[in-house]
Amino acid sequence: MKILVIGLNHKTADVEIRERLAFNGPKLEEGIFGLREIPEVKEVALLSTCNRVEIYSCVADSSSATENIKKFLSDFHGIQRSDFEKALYFITDSDAVRHVLRVASSLDSMVVGEPQILGQIKDTFDFALSKKTTGILLNRLMKKAISTAKRVRTETRIAENAVSISFAAVELAKKIFTDLSGKSFMLLGAGEMAELAARHLVGNGVTDVKVVNRTYERGCELAKEFNGKPVRFEDFLQELANTDIIICSTGAPTYVLYKAQMQSVLKERKHRPVFIIDISVPRNIDPEINKIDGVYLYDVDDLQGVVDTNMLERKKEAELAEKIIDEEVEKFLKWMSSLDSVPTIVALRQKAEEVKNEEFEKFKNKFPELDDEKIKAVEYLATAIINKLIHPPTVALKEDTEDRDELIAMIKKLYGINGDDNEE
Amino acid sequence: MGTILFELALTFYFAATIISIIEIFKGGAESSKPMLFIAGTGFLIHSASIIYRYAAAGHLPVTSMHEASSFFAWCIVLIFFFLEYRYKIGLMGSFIMPIVFIMMLSSSVLPREIRPLSPVLQSYWLGIHTFLAFLGNASFATAAGIGVMYLLQEHYLKSKHLGGLFKRLPSIQVLDEINYRLITIGFPLLTLAIITGALWAESAWGSYWRWDPKEVWSLITWFIYALVLHVRLTAGWRGKRAAVLSIIGFLTILFTFFGVNMLLKSLHAFS
Repeated sequence: MKILVIGLNHKTADVEIRERLAFNGPKLEEGIFGLREIPEVKEVALLSTCNRVEIYSCVADSSSATENIKKFLSDFHGIQRSDFEKALYFITDSDAVRHVLRVASSLDSMVVGEPQILGQIKDTFDFALSKKTTGILLNRLMKKAISTAKRVRTETRIAENAVSISFAAVELAKKIFTDLSGKSFMLLGAGEMAELAARHLVGNGVTDVKVVNRTYERGCELAKEFNGKPVRFEDFLQELANTDIIICSTGAPTYVLYKAQMQSVLKERKHRPVFIIDISVPRNIDPEINKIDGVYLYDVDDLQGVVDTNMLERKKEAELAEKIIDEEVEKFLKWMSSLDSVPTIVALRQKAEEVKNEEFEKFKNKFPELDDEKIKAVEYLATAIINKLIHPPTVALKEDTEDRDELIAMIKKLYGINGDDNEE
Repeated sequence: MGTILFELALTFYFAATIISIIEIFKGGAESSKPMLFIAGTGFLIHSASIIYRYAAAGHLPVTSMHEASSFFAWCIVLIFFFLEYRYKIGLMGSFIMPIVFIMMLSSSVLPREIRPLSPVLQSYWLGIHTFLAFLGNASFATAAGIGVMYLLQEHYLKSKHLGGLFKRLPSIQVLDEINYRLITIGFPLLTLAIITGALWAESAWGSYWRWDPKEVWSLITWFIYALVLHVRLTAGWRGKRAAVLSIIGFLTILFTFFGVNMLLKSLHAFS
């Protein structure tokens, strides 16, 4: 039995191919059953997200299984093999184990450390379990992947640092206000990045939202989207005294807020802190404002600086995570290989018992005159001999050596034990 | 016995201080369990040593510089654990345990013998007045520690260099809130300490107020913290300004405590 991973991800395939190979909705169930039909595939689980499609399987023969899975993908999705073949990767054995662990721990993600992938892996596992398409190996592998991902998350700070500008804005806001719920927020202007940051803030509990736009109608539209109230551009200064967080992106050629204005705003709000994010280029907020006590002004470059530092830190943490992955892969492989020797040991023992019982029966028939006590003594002797004889090979099988596969094969041959009789 | 307990408490505080300083460089978002455990054990032993001395002297042991410093440290640890329980802020130990250790260390080098209390001072006011004063001052001491944390975090945010302790320090809002809370605890305690002190002075020395240096400096401290609260409530002096004022206030307390006793002639001096 071999572990085989076949898949494609954001690095190997562009979105068009990923879309066409995705297993969405009902396709997931059809897909997993279709894969299970392939004769070489003994166990299978199927992961399909917007960034990757991966088939995790245990197969008897990896090359013919690979061939059949490719054929299945082509038939199932109705795509020419040549269209997607180049995007696929095939990974087996220990590399496959490592790959699954890395994916679950978000080390293979587009944004390293992003948390969604673990949930998706869990769903994949739950789904396969409910459809009974996995067995002892994949179950163990999936559990290992989930526990490893958790270990990575608790032992490294990989997911702690915001690596996008909008998340960095939320992270900073939390270091100023602790809890964003109940804080008031003003979106001054519009724009993709500003709106994204606004959405993150609202998602983190900011309640009182004010939307200012030079075009009042556009302001009304945006306000609806954020569940806020529109404010006319002429009136925004009056609202500042009751605003804790401002995101500014107006596209004005000059400053729209000057130091003196902000100073009087601060006085009015009794110096309660204000967090201002100026995403506009050219800047719309006088940078001097950052010098006012209690005002924290970040422009786009400042935020990018935060993101860069965080990225660097993530890289360091990713190295730590790789070490954890190494350890866990090692443990898993150990478990996998012990799986092979256990049935061999059991079979060896059975074989010896059989021989003993057979010969013992013959012996009893040959010497019917012997009394019970003597028979018992002979049986004791026979048991002692077989125990002594099978002890060394048993010990050898339990030992973790590199050539154990060969050893298992040799013992099976020497003792005339038949192949897979004892596999569950 | 008393000496052993005291030395043991000192040792535990020393260990806790070392751990808390190591925590500055590596540690999580919360105070480490070993640090809290060691500081807690130190606190219990310290309490035992104070009770022991109380029993031996027959009054609250605050009548020599050695006893007073030790009791001051004890009050700070008490407040530290209150804050730890209430706010669970990591790194707080790193800013407060060193104050405790320095207090204990200065206590340990001072003469330790129990001297008879002058008869005029033998009164139940001794316990009440000094306990209020020490607890109040300990609140101010912790407020200063929190103020330092505030200034540090504020510096990170303003300079936009978000390395170092930025991730692990709490938000400036929480630090400001704790700072304010401590001053609102300390201020009434100090006020009561001054009032009970006046009442005691009347019964012991025959007048409520004698412009003794300690009294004057306590009054100065009182005015500083009254100012901190006043400007906060009227003009909104919070955050950085409040943090700076709370540190200045604590320096005044240190002077009142050490300076007045050593440099100026005072009725409060531990003769």
